[in-house]
Amino acid sequence: MLRRALQPGLSRGVLGRGLGTHRGRSTLGKVEGSGGYRGSWVAPVSSYVTFRTRDPTHDGKTVGRLGEGDQNGKVSEIKKKIQSVLPRGAWNPLRDTSYLPPEHSDVVIVGGGVIGLSVAYWLKRLEKPQGAIRVLVVERDHTYSQASTALSVGGIRQQFSVPENIQLSLFSVEFLRNINEYLAVVDDPPLDIQFNPSGYLLLASEKGAAVMESNVKVQRQEGAKVCLMSPEQLRNKFPWINTEGVALASYGMEHEGWFDPWCLLQGLRRKVQSMGVLFCHGEVTRFVSSSSHTETTSGEEVTLRRIHEVHVKMDRSLEYQPVECALVINAAGAWSGQIAELAGVGKGPPGTLQGTQLPVELRKRYVYLWHCPQGPGLETPFVIDASGAYFRREGLGNNYLGGCSPTEEEEPDPGNLEVDHDFFQDKVWPPLAQRVPAFETLKVRSAWAGYYDYNTFDQNGVVGPHPLVVNMYFATGFSGHGLQQAPAVGRAVAEMVLDGHFRTINLSPFLFNRFYLGEKVQEHNII
Amino acid sequence: MAAPRAPLHLVTPVWNRGTRGTRGLSRAVAPEGSQKKGRSLLQFLADRFYDVQALREYLLRKQVLKVHQKNRPFTYIRERFGPHAAGAYFILKQGGAVKFQGKEWIRSDARGHFSLDFLKFQAVPVEAVDASGCAINYQGLDSVLALKELQSLWLQRCPHVDDWCLGRLHPLANSLQELSLAGCPRISERGLASLHHLQNLRRLDISDLPAVSNPGLTRILVEEMLPSCQVLGADWAQGLPSGPEEQSRDTASPLPA
Repeated sequence: MLRRALQPGLSRGVLGRGLGTHRGRSTLGKVEGSGGYRGSWVAPVSSYVTFRTRDPTHDGKTVGRLGEGDQNGKVSEIKKKIQSVLPRGAWNPLRDTSYLPPEHSDVVIVGGGVIGLSVAYWLKRLEKPQGAIRVLVVERDHTYSQASTALSVGGIRQQFSVPENIQLSLFSVEFLRNINEYLAVVDDPPLDIQFNPSGYLLLASEKGAAVMESNVKVQRQEGAKVCLMSPEQLRNKFPWINTEGVALASYGMEHEGWFDPWCLLQGLRRKVQSMGVLFCHGEVTRFVSSSSHTETTSGEEVTLRRIHEVHVKMDRSLEYQPVECALVINAAGAWSGQIAELAGVGKGPPGTLQGTQLPVELRKRYVYLWHCPQGPGLETPFVIDASGAYFRREGLGNNYLGGCSPTEEEEPDPGNLEVDHDFFQDKVWPPLAQRVPAFETLKVRSAWAGYYDYNTFDQNGVVGPHPLVVNMYFATGFSGHGLQQAPAVGRAVAEMVLDGHFRTINLSPFLFNRFYLGEKVQEHNII
Repeated sequence: MAAPRAPLHLVTPVWNRGTRGTRGLSRAVAPEGSQKKGRSLLQFLADRFYDVQALREYLLRKQVLKVHQKNRPFTYIRERFGPHAAGAYFILKQGGAVKFQGKEWIRSDARGHFSLDFLKFQAVPVEAVDASGCAINYQGLDSVLALKELQSLWLQRCPHVDDWCLGRLHPLANSLQELSLAGCPRISERGLASLHHLQNLRRLDISDLPAVSNPGLTRILVEEMLPSCQVLGADWAQGLPSGPEEQSRDTASPLPA
């Protein structure tokens, strides 16, 4: 290591970027500057930490960019460098770089929420042989203060209209039920995700009754336990409901309810760390990729891109680490669109495959917590009204969580997570008070806002590789039902990565191609 | 082996607060003495050697598989003798007791043996099942749910019956009149919420459930949920600070902090 340090220009690999392999460019933290100062061997006069870099455009003689190439300059450079090596110099070969991600990783997962961790878990679980794949999870906020997972209401249901969604949710329920077998870590206490098996109750008006019936048929075919109820039966079962305007209701009897998403997240984190996945607290700022041109069968020229490096910028610092990788998995949730843009997805004339962007954007949603002393009791399911407003019981003290998705015109500005309380007064409370008369007297205790990774195309997830950026895989765009599909989606992406095709649940309708081909997989039951 | 059993011990320490200092909790429930010393030695080694960690994981896995093995379905008996006989066989194999309609209780003896006379009963339904202390879990409930005319189900002190299992009991809603869940360590108030499907229930025993956060309040809420059922449970005043009698039992408790 000492020898290497004293021969700064010795690079083992091919010089320059964009050619063949990028091995041997061992850099130890780089600073982006406005040209000029690239870090050098010279002991700096200020109190900054010395950066050791190995710029491949050097030849063996010069040290850093400060030398001008004349003999005197070089001698003084070498003198300064020797001074720094001797005791009391500023050179520290044993600088702690544990906060930096590794220089090489097989898979880099952008985003450390429940989807990203689920993909990491299944990759490590399904890999053959064990320990073969190095996985790095890059998460820029370790407190998860804006992550959709932590701010989620935590419901899980099978009442979807698309069969793949139902299958994903069924497997996820089975995963949650056996979570202590899947995520067991020796010597750590078992997880308690606090699952409430109270079911979902979807209400439909006259207009939506036929659609609801056909949906329930599909759900039952896939194995969900759902029953249809008439307004009469609904009144008998839940006397606190006002069934005016309700033509039909579908009630999930089993495998539906809500749970604690934070516990699932922490359980996945702990298990995934014990399986050897590395975590990095940083932000992906750049992808270094190479392009190659090929011809399709019809003679068109296409440009295939391959990502070689991911530049991970450290938190609150200008320092970044280039991580050489084979695959990148975009599980960045609401910010996936920005990550896809960095990778070059959508850079092309609109209407072509090159020009098709990832249609995932941030959408802000509010959740309100209120207290209603005469409200529905312990048996309250997760009720979704025909108008789109929903609520569920929270705890034993007559507290309820609920909200409503705004219409397209009323979408709030997703720049921050401030809560609009007027939205509750105008849009959430009236339909809920009409549906549950006890909610006429309620008092809002608190509220929060979170982001949906909203897929503007058809509100369903995007899973699988991109056709042109060949080593970027997507696992995002779930528009509010990502948490309940996370374990199954993680397994599907891991199967795609390891085997090249989906094995257990066929998610080919959710591939990226559908945005270009215009094939919508529209999900009707979205809240 | 005592060591791997500790994480799956009866009183489940709650992980979801993100606490790391839960070794203290499990030590509180594990028996003291040489077992504790042996366990921490194995723990010490497992923290440092991959082989020991793999061994511990294997032992943990074996325990889980043992429970699965106990809950396997007896499909041959079900096809040959019917669901009632299969359910009875399953319960007796686990160490419980079964009562057929019009017959006496059939129990397995201390060594786990029981007579197979009940296989001769033709389509006599099972009326009551006593699965107290048995290792029945979510999978094993398949056999019990096939008993369409079950009137009384006792699941006292079953270590693997949890909230998911309670969510499964709704097919028995027509016939079930008595249910006992006393002493089950994994049942909480969230699972009790799914009992409202059982409209014919007349007697429900939810006493002594360690995982229920507020036993008195839970009993009140369950009584409101099942109005025609007699609920045996914790005292209503349990958990309330001892004060004057005029303290109103308002169900609106403040938000948990």
